[in-house]
Formats: sequence, structure tokens, C-alpha cells
Amino acid sequence: MSHAAFAIVGGGLVGAGIGYGLAKAGHDVLLLDEGDVAFRAARGNFGNVWVQGKGLNSPTYADLSRGAALGWRDFAAELEDLSGVPLHFSQNGAFYVCLSAAELDRRADALLAAEAASRIPSGVERVDRSAIAAVIPEIGETVAGATFCPLDGMVDPLRLLRALLSGYQRFGGRVQAGARIARIDGDGRGFVLQGAAGTVATADRVVLAAGLGNAALAPQLGLTAPVRPVRGQVFVTEKLRPFMSCGIHFIRQTADGGVICGESSEEAGFDEATTRPVLRDSAAKITAVLPLLRHVRVVRAWGALRVMSPDGLPVYQRSATHPGAYLASVHSGVTLLPFHAGPFAAALAGDWLAPDLAAAFSPERFHV
Amino acid sequence: MFRSLTEPTGRLVTVSLDGRSVELPEGDNLAVALLRAGHGPFRTTPVKAAPRMPYCMMGVCFECLAEIDGVPNRQTCQERVVPGQSIRRQDGARSTGSAVPPAPAARGTP
Repeated sequence: MSHAAFAIVGGGLVGAGIGYGLAKAGHDVLLLDEGDVAFRAARGNFGNVWVQGKGLNSPTYADLSRGAALGWRDFAAELEDLSGVPLHFSQNGAFYVCLSAAELDRRADALLAAEAASRIPSGVERVDRSAIAAVIPEIGETVAGATFCPLDGMVDPLRLLRALLSGYQRFGGRVQAGARIARIDGDGRGFVLQGAAGTVATADRVVLAAGLGNAALAPQLGLTAPVRPVRGQVFVTEKLRPFMSCGIHFIRQTADGGVICGESSEEAGFDEATTRPVLRDSAAKITAVLPLLRHVRVVRAWGALRVMSPDGLPVYQRSATHPGAYLASVHSGVTLLPFHAGPFAAALAGDWLAPDLAAAFSPERFHV
Repeated sequence: MFRSLTEPTGRLVTVSLDGRSVELPEGDNLAVALLRAGHGPFRTTPVKAAPRMPYCMMGVCFECLAEIDGVPNRQTCQERVVPGQSIRRQDGARSTGSAVPPAPAARGTP
């Protein structure tokens, strides 16, 4: 049995990101990871660093995403240096394409109005079809236009997780794999983390970053994680010569040449399966946006579960009843990674988040 | 390098292999027929341009890719020899501007 100053439950992008930040600052950290049987959003996700459209009703969340996106380039360089793993990160901006003028009007109006409310500018703009064609000549005739945000980018999520865990360990962080935590007790002096076979670890402080698993663990520590699974289905094509120098919101070309497409959002419980109607709809949409992909083969498809809160915003919480217990339930584990590894990790080791962040992302917002 | 355990049963037909005329047994598995004809490498990889030859022969590994009748990245181990077909080495990744696949009837797919 191990003891640590900080035990983090969950070895996905959120848990590993927080662990990376804590270990880098010299803290003694143990990452408890359920293993590859977990519903690992880190493994199934699309790999977008995404800003535009986030926080339309919450300038605090808009600024959180923008600040994190602005820190991504430096974070990626640091992590590549440390781990030796190429992340295939790029931040050339991205288009959110609209297939009708009405949709484009609605979206552009909402985004430009929100832009005025945020502290950090995102540089989002409305562009017509010819402006997209100047960057991606293959864009379909039926595309009405797009919103473009220069802060949007992409990264290979699998390489990212591997690099993050490698960097975390280089800073002295420990990983325990196959550690599914079912019960956590706090006795006022520390925490005891238990799996099915008994005690797995003890810790002075504990951070819940177990994705969908947070829902069951949180109440044991006076925390709240009202998260539910929202499925996305994704497919990837055979490798193509590079033709996309930047992404489209649900389409991106990887550095290896494959085109990844994912745009579904489904309430399907804990079912990770793929379904033909959804994949067919995605294929119809991708070929409307990029008709030249019509004869390109799909080589693999998969489903993955988003960790979604009722309003889509992150939930960050510090327990009032169990001092030293914290929670992070986040859907955007890729985009927010520089925040989790930086300011959030610092907040855990210090006096918690700045009051405006603490208030905006506390689960108390759900109590009405 | 490879020889058949039995006498070939298909009649020999002419196909185009990288622009040359080659005689292959009609209806034979295309990857097998090309291996017996001494063809190789079948393709080069998209990222590092390394040469590749058929490996699994059962449609899984995607090492035996070739351009067939203008359609890139086809698995030769899943195709048969058809008279007049044109086979070209698959060099690296395909482009999006490649030819449209022919109608299924003309493809000779098993």
C-alpha cells in the first residue's frame, strides 16, 4: 500500500494534467488509474483544442478556455521536450462551417456578441465561402460560410496522454495502474482509498479526476459531480496527402494523413458502441463539406463518452466537509490542459481558485 | 520465389502492371498472382516512404495496397485478376483528387 501527499483518482488527461502540474512543483503525487477498461474519454476524443463558441453564456468559461488555448503552444513545446513524444500539435485556427445562411447568421451573431463580453479576445470572425476556399480549396459548394477562430487547434490525444504520463513520471510522479477506486474515507487526518480488494492507498489530500466515475465518488467526500455520459462517434479514413492546413470543427487531418470526423452528440447512457445511422449521417455531412472525401475509405470507427455537466461547463470544487478533498469534472480535457497543469494544480497546493473562478465553476450553481 | 502447388486452372489474361503488360491467371487472388509474377514492392508508406509487401493476406494489415484501375489504396489480397485491369504501385498517401471507383460489377471483387 502506498502513501502520498496527493492522491489523484483518474489517470486520463485531467488527472494526469493535474498530476503533471503538482509533480512539476515538487509535490509527492500518486496517480490511481483504473486502466484501459475505463471509459476513457482521453483515448476516444477527437483531439481539438477548441475555443470558439465556448462560454456563450459564461464569460468566465470563455476566458478560461481562451487563456488555456493561449498557453497551449508553450505547454506543448515543454511537454515534447520533456517526454520526447511528438504531439502533432498545431494551432492554425479552425473553421466552424455552416451549411445555410440562416445558420451562419445565428452563429456569427451569437459569437460576436459573446466576444464583446469576454476579457480575453479570441479573434473570432465571420467568413464567407470564398475565404474558406482560399485556405481549403476542396470546400464544398453547399457551404454557406463559417466562423473562424485563430486560437483553435489540434493535437494527437493518444500521444498527448502518453507524453503527459511520461513527463509526470520524470518529475517524480508515481502511477498505480489497475487501481479502480470504489470507496474513499476521510478521518480528518487523511484519506483511505479502497478498491474491491481492500485498501489501495492512503493520502493527505485527494483529487477526484475520474471522469464519469466522479459521480459515485464525490458524495463520499461531500462533493458533487452531476455528470452524465454524452456519446460521440468518430471515424478515421485511410491516409491522404496533406490537404487541410487547418481544421473544420468536426473534421481534422492528422499529421499522418488520416482524416478524423466526429460530430455526433447522443444520450446513450454508458453504451460506447457505434451505430450505422449516426455514422451514415456523419459521412453525409463530411461529404457535403468536403465532397472530394466521397470516395475515401473509412478504416476505423469508435464511440466514446463525454463527461458532461448539466450546463456543459467544468465543475471544480473544494470539499467543505472533508478538507483536503477536491474535484475536477471536465468535458474539455484537451483544451483546458494548460490550465489544469498550471493554475489549477497551483490552486490545489495553495489557497484554492481565485474567487471568480471558484464561484463560476462550483456545483452550487446547480442548486436552485 | 512463390510457386503453385497445383497446376493453374485460370486462363492467362493480360493486365497492365506499372504500365507493362503482364500475363496473370484470370480469377486468381491478385496479391498472390502479383507475388508469383515477382512484383514488389507493392507500395511505399505514407509517412516514411518505406517499401512494403503483402503480409497478412486476409484483408487486415493493409500492406498489399495498390492502385487498381485508378483507384488508390485497394487491398490486392481482397481482389481477383480481371482481364485488362491496370495495377500501379501505391506510392505513399493517396490524394483526394484520385479517380472515382468503378461500379461494383466492373471491379471483379470476390
